[in-house]
Amino acid sequence: MATGTLSTGGQPAPRDTPFHLIGSATIRLLEGTGGLALLLASIARRLLTGLPSRSVLLTQMFEIGVQSLPVVAVTGGFIGMVLAVQSYDTLRTMGFENRIGSVVNVSLVKELGPVLAATMLAGRVGSRMAAELGTMRVTEQIEALRALGADPVCYLAVPRFLSCFLLIPLLTVVADLVGMLGGWFFSTQVLGVNSVEYWRYTFSFITGYDVLSGLFKSVWFGGAIALVACDRGFRCGAGAEGVGRAATDSFVYSFVIILLIDFVLGTFLSSLYYVLWPGPVSL
Amino acid sequence: MTQTPVISFDQVSRRFGSQEVLRNVSLEIHRNETLVVIGESGCGKSVSMKLMMSLMEPSSGQVLWAGRPLKDRTEQELLRERLRFGYLFQGAALFDSLSVFENVAFGLRQNTRMNERQIHENVRERVHEVGLPASVCSKKPAELSGGMKKRVGLARALALQPEVVFYDEPTTGLDPVMTDVINELILKVRSQRPVTSVVVTHEMRTVQRVADRVLMFYPVSRLEPEEDQIIFTGTAEEAFASADPRVAQFVAGVAGDRLQELAGA
Repeated sequence: MATGTLSTGGQPAPRDTPFHLIGSATIRLLEGTGGLALLLASIARRLLTGLPSRSVLLTQMFEIGVQSLPVVAVTGGFIGMVLAVQSYDTLRTMGFENRIGSVVNVSLVKELGPVLAATMLAGRVGSRMAAELGTMRVTEQIEALRALGADPVCYLAVPRFLSCFLLIPLLTVVADLVGMLGGWFFSTQVLGVNSVEYWRYTFSFITGYDVLSGLFKSVWFGGAIALVACDRGFRCGAGAEGVGRAATDSFVYSFVIILLIDFVLGTFLSSLYYVLWPGPVSL
Repeated sequence: MTQTPVISFDQVSRRFGSQEVLRNVSLEIHRNETLVVIGESGCGKSVSMKLMMSLMEPSSGQVLWAGRPLKDRTEQELLRERLRFGYLFQGAALFDSLSVFENVAFGLRQNTRMNERQIHENVRERVHEVGLPASVCSKKPAELSGGMKKRVGLARALALQPEVVFYDEPTTGLDPVMTDVINELILKVRSQRPVTSVVVTHEMRTVQRVADRVLMFYPVSRLEPEEDQIIFTGTAEEAFASADPRVAQFVAGVAGDRLQELAGA
């Protein structure tokens, strides 16, 4: 009897039935999740025993933080302007166009700023990281690190994880601020909304809780982007195809995880808000 | 009294998925010898070197350093003891983002308490030893030729004064002159310090020039079920005079009926 397959009458059992496909997809999902959990545990263990060297950390912080500033600022600016365009007509039909600042900026700091900045960074930073580590893997540079007495998780993953974890919230602040300015510019200069009213409604509706909940989510997004990118890079397949796949997978998986985290934390933070400050909300 | 081997394999096997690359291999590497491992592509030569260096785990069997199994060592012990080995990778595996200087200095910065002056001195010596000008130190690996990369890789492997140096196909892709330069370097390294060398190669000229002892691996897929994967052990002269048709074919570098075999596989 053939090993590993059920056979009937000497014929090997087919392996492309829905049952097999669901089974193999489930195994891959569990393997992937387990791999991420193990990598996270390794990073946490190394962080407990000490920080990476300052030069390695600063290099990563420069590449992840400083070099991402322009793209994050542009993203934030356009999000603010697009929100203003989309909200204006609806608010005008209700006679609430002067309140556009509250709609634009609350959406921006709570939801769209963190999510779209993280999505942008998953593309710019995450894919680059996965491709870089993947190339290091296929060219034996990761093995060379081990041969020279360096721990690849400590040397490669920890600085990247820390940089994303710490700097993506700061980049989100930049996206939020530029987005607010973009929304203000378009609302007041193009749509003719009164500038004083714009900011008055903005500051009467945005709470510290909104800003902090957006930033809290971005910390998780940053950690997830780095974790997925490092995991994909370390598991990169052979050749140029493997590196390309690692970069693409890193973006796709990060994006899905960002949406998942956004949904879970969004639900949790909304519930927490009503627990902390019960009562109706009025516009 | 016989000396304990520096590295030994006890019935080591290694699989990648369903593909068996090494099968029950046992071997010993003795102090200060130059062992050359030959065999056709895919027969497990490079895998066996990574197992020797503990860059990879065996699927079964055990690898021993100085008579003690690797599995008896902690992760920290392995990390520390691995520094006794230098490894010249097949593609040199230089760190793209670092300069030549930083590549050679990497192991020193990572594992020693040398100050900057000592590190500079050490790197300059190693770069000079492999026949490169000091001006190469500021270059990035992408700016180097294949032969220069290999020499920088060797300088990096030698920086920590290893007891054992592994050369993974050190002459692959190099012109005949540069191939001989690398062979010279292998001999020079050995003559200047007490070092054990393990060289994986396809190049019979390298075998002739540097080998104290030669092992020939044969692909598992072409072996009989109980056959030993190491089909030849002896000196370079014995390899060249071997009556085993498989060894003779490899040494002579003739295809014979291999093309038909491969087409039928």
